[in-house]
Amino acid sequence: MSGFNSSLLTILVFLPAAWALAGLLIPVKTGGSAPLKYWALAGSLVTFFLSIFLYVQFSPHGEEFQWLETASWIPSLGISYSVGIDGISLWLVMLTTFLMPIAILGSFKAVEHREKEYYFLLLALETGMLGAFVSLDLFLFYVFWEVMLIPMYFLVGIWGGKERIYAAMKFFLYTMVGSLLMLVAIFYLAYQHKVQLGSYSTLILDLYKLHIPGVGYFGAQSLLFLAFSLAFAIKVPLFPLHTWLPDAHVQAPTAGSVILAAVLLKMGGYGFLRIAFPLFPQAVSLYQVPFMTLGAIAIIYGALVATVQPDIKKLVAYSSVSHMGYVILGLFSLNQIGVTGSIYQMLNHGISTGALFLLVGMIYERRHTREISAFGGITRVMPLFAVTFMIVTLSSVALPGTNGFVGEFLILLGSWNTNRILASVAALGVVLGAVYMLWMFQRVMFGPITHEENKKLRDLSVREVLVLAPLVIAIFVMGIFPNLFFEKMDPSVQRFLNRSSAGITSQPNSASQTSYAQGNNHGSS
Amino acid sequence: MLALIPLFPLIGFLINGSWYLFGQAPEGRQKASSQVTGLIGTFFIFMSFLVSVYLFLQLFAMDGEHRIVQQVVFPWIYVGTVHLDFAFRVDSLSTLFTLVITGVGTLIHLYSIGYMSHDETPGKFFAYLNLFCFAMLMLVLGASLPILFLGWEGVGLCSYLLIGYWYTDEDKAKAGKKAFVVNRVGDLGFLVGMFLIFSTFGTLDFEALRSLLAEAGHIGGAVRIDLEAVTAICLLLFVGCMGKSAQIPLYVWLPDAMAGPTPVSALIHAATMVTSGIYMIARLNFFYSLSTTALSVVATVGAVTAFFAATIAIAQKDIKKVLAYSTVSQLGYMFLACGVGAYTAGVFHVITHAFFKALLFLGAGSVIHGMHEEQNILKMGGLRSKMPKTFLTFAIGWLAICGIPPFSGFFSKDEILWQAFSSPTGSTMLWGLGAVTAVMTAFYMTRLFTLTFLGTPRFEEHEEHGHGHDHDHGHSKGGIHESPTFMTLPLQILAILSAIGGLLSIPHWSWLEHWLEPVIPAHELAATAGHSDMEWILMAVSVIGAICGIAWALQKYRNFKAEAAGAEPGALYQAMEEKWYVDEIYDALIVKPIHRLSEVLWKVFDIQIIDRIVVGFGRISLWSGETARVMQTGSIQVYALMLLIGLIATAGYLIYVWV
Repeated sequence: MSGFNSSLLTILVFLPAAWALAGLLIPVKTGGSAPLKYWALAGSLVTFFLSIFLYVQFSPHGEEFQWLETASWIPSLGISYSVGIDGISLWLVMLTTFLMPIAILGSFKAVEHREKEYYFLLLALETGMLGAFVSLDLFLFYVFWEVMLIPMYFLVGIWGGKERIYAAMKFFLYTMVGSLLMLVAIFYLAYQHKVQLGSYSTLILDLYKLHIPGVGYFGAQSLLFLAFSLAFAIKVPLFPLHTWLPDAHVQAPTAGSVILAAVLLKMGGYGFLRIAFPLFPQAVSLYQVPFMTLGAIAIIYGALVATVQPDIKKLVAYSSVSHMGYVILGLFSLNQIGVTGSIYQMLNHGISTGALFLLVGMIYERRHTREISAFGGITRVMPLFAVTFMIVTLSSVALPGTNGFVGEFLILLGSWNTNRILASVAALGVVLGAVYMLWMFQRVMFGPITHEENKKLRDLSVREVLVLAPLVIAIFVMGIFPNLFFEKMDPSVQRFLNRSSAGITSQPNSASQTSYAQGNNHGSS
Repeated sequence: MLALIPLFPLIGFLINGSWYLFGQAPEGRQKASSQVTGLIGTFFIFMSFLVSVYLFLQLFAMDGEHRIVQQVVFPWIYVGTVHLDFAFRVDSLSTLFTLVITGVGTLIHLYSIGYMSHDETPGKFFAYLNLFCFAMLMLVLGASLPILFLGWEGVGLCSYLLIGYWYTDEDKAKAGKKAFVVNRVGDLGFLVGMFLIFSTFGTLDFEALRSLLAEAGHIGGAVRIDLEAVTAICLLLFVGCMGKSAQIPLYVWLPDAMAGPTPVSALIHAATMVTSGIYMIARLNFFYSLSTTALSVVATVGAVTAFFAATIAIAQKDIKKVLAYSTVSQLGYMFLACGVGAYTAGVFHVITHAFFKALLFLGAGSVIHGMHEEQNILKMGGLRSKMPKTFLTFAIGWLAICGIPPFSGFFSKDEILWQAFSSPTGSTMLWGLGAVTAVMTAFYMTRLFTLTFLGTPRFEEHEEHGHGHDHDHGHSKGGIHESPTFMTLPLQILAILSAIGGLLSIPHWSWLEHWLEPVIPAHELAATAGHSDMEWILMAVSVIGAICGIAWALQKYRNFKAEAAGAEPGALYQAMEEKWYVDEIYDALIVKPIHRLSEVLWKVFDIQIIDRIVVGFGRISLWSGETARVMQTGSIQVYALMLLIGLIATAGYLIYVWV
């Protein structure tokens, strides 16, 4: 058992891919193939249950990285196979394994042709995502990063909508541009390790020890930081690099959108957390305000553009731009409140936006349109759908009691401690978020039923309830008991901050350094 | 024990809500009756009332200093310096609110059983109503600002759901959304205010904040508090109050909120939720008292809102719209009280207003119910004989809001006017606005009362004249009748409370002031009770003013004829009737420009600019790919040449580095 436990991460990462390969042997009958679907679902469920081991056994105050496995891979270049998780990647792994069965179960009706390839790619994608989250070697990270790209490209390109080829190309182009610069930067870092410490290495923990020279807006450190940031910002996606997202989302099949929004976008935020911040602290402090500004702009911009979308899915896509803007804002606030809020917001966004895409997919399957104007009054015929949609909408507008509030509250509070003006601007998103979500909800769900086709819509099926119920439960659990999550996260966030704020000389370390206290000093002196 | 107060309605919500959703909602299923679902809902809010009474008695037995009961339910958010517990606290201020919420709440639940008897989905209605009570109780019991905020947004949600309760009517759904969005604008101020408190004082717990500021005060002025921050905090939080408690400029949602069922208007949009802002200011009086700037802003906004809303109320035809603007106006009074440092007077008016305004709304609901959904007072008249119980109870509410002694409204309004006059932060101007508003209130309420209950019925005559554009059903039925006991009993109880509620705080013998002393200390800003003569004179002025207003309206509308309704109004009157066109102005100045900006951002910035650049890059790479393809000739010689060039280049570089 100890052997099993010590290589748990490797098993977890490669299980979906192995399962997918085995699934290729299952014969496909024409006109739907139940065994294959259930095989894929079972694979993702087994993976999820394995990940629960991680959650249960992870001890926040133990080693920094747990289930650490390292093996030499390409020794001449110092490249290793090295995996491990801390309190940050733990949650992103959990998010991935939690959402995968939901995405697969959500695809049962939606995907009817080339099912074998479809489920194969989904599971392969899971391996890519899990691998990227647990990699502790930059090159390995890069490999998984690219591995993710390929299944997603095909998922959009084959099972997507009318403009799928354009969307897939745009997605590919954007991401490739980012990743190529990242690859160059990785090799430069390995080289720096040789220069400074005598041997090549791409192990993240080794690289943390480097002091990357070249401080200044365009010094070497800043350029490296920007190279990584470009790759990550495209993934997030950060304004103005976001335009691939609406197209990819609208064209992707439902499960593709869910995974794209819920997990792939997190890769950007995670990259900042694991790589860009701790490696280049001086550059982070230099670019703190510009990035926070972009985050704040993204919040407002995404919300405004979402308001005028005629297509529900596109509206949700732009809402992602807005919500991920919060993540950037919180990360760059560089204090515990803001960073914790950002990590939480990444999970929240996965849950809520994943649920939104599933809901949109469900009415699309019924009506084959996503135009807001094609609906109206749906509540009357689909009460269960309406209640679920309402709850998810409230989570998306960050109503207290739902997960969304905890994340936004911490991010805004954290960024307030760093930059009051930007935090106030970003807080406008609280109003705009309500505008676009509730206006859409009103037009889709309320009013009289104006289209004859809508009178016969079926309410949620049992399968659909099973797909949505875990997400609804998660929305409330995360909104009411966030400490369950913070407990496991805290020490890792602390370590992250210690590394990343090295570049900041006068850091407003905590809110307790108050003007009240200052007033007190005045009094006693 | 304490947590039971919000817990009971939550259970009621879960029972009715899940029963409705899984047992009744699907198409074709039998819907449960309003009696069964209503009694479930009423039972749970009544249980909560019993617990509230129990806790009140418990507090009553304690001495002032220790009059606090608190309960930490579980730790909520612990991150860095943020330590937020899910904690409730009841003290002499919040206990009053719990009594009003659960007490009036129970009556309104009971009333709704009758009112919603013809509704299609009473199960859903009572679920929402219980959910509202849950959120409202969280709001007043929360031990810290974030828990208060949880309730604050929660009541906003329920308000949204209940305004749009009849969602198949697009206008009602829109009104719900408008309420939510406008409230969110206020909440933005609330949020930022919380951040500023946290970054200034390091805590968001009420007691902790209070003792921090009290400590600061005790050390004889040696400790300095950042007064600018305090002013900013007070103003930011007041923005939240403007939204929730419908003050200028954010009051616009409340009149539209009348789209909801009438019991909702009574409970949420008159008695409880809209007074949250006053609760918060009274709760944070230790902040507000430090900033005269903030106080004068609060007082001015309150007085101006009181006056402004009254001008609109004068010209409304819809019985609920009159009451809605009257609520905005009365809320203005409460803020006026808080703004002159008379928090107790503000709270007093919250309580009396909860009684008489709930009574008036429920009375209006009884009229609407009896008249088969007619809301236009110009088409009523003479209901005195047809609905005697409603008439009598409504009359008491009317006298109370007009400020006629000895009804409750007289005491609270008089206290506010006196404080507005005599407090150091008050002024003759503020008093004047309040007094003029009082006369206007008497006028428009009498207009409403007269047109509805006195004179001769106009609904039959109306039928003969047959204005074609009006409602198509419901007039002149022989079936205009008194409402059932479920509805009249709450009216009678509220009428009694409206009549005697003033006893809580009689000038110079105020139980309320004494009771609230631990939370709202007698402050130097509050008026001193020295100038007795002046006090009596002002009291006489306001009573005489109210009587004049009543007499004038009685005179003007007693013999109102249906034909007069068609008379061309003057420009001023029309502007009042059209609510000074504020909605249209907001639409033109805020809503439309934002919409247009969004369109431009999307269609020009996203599609024309960013995407073109990206596609441009794509073209370049395509082009360079095409160009590079030329090199892949398949000719070994060319490849060898390239290899050689590469080799030389590498060697050159290595030599360069080596040297």
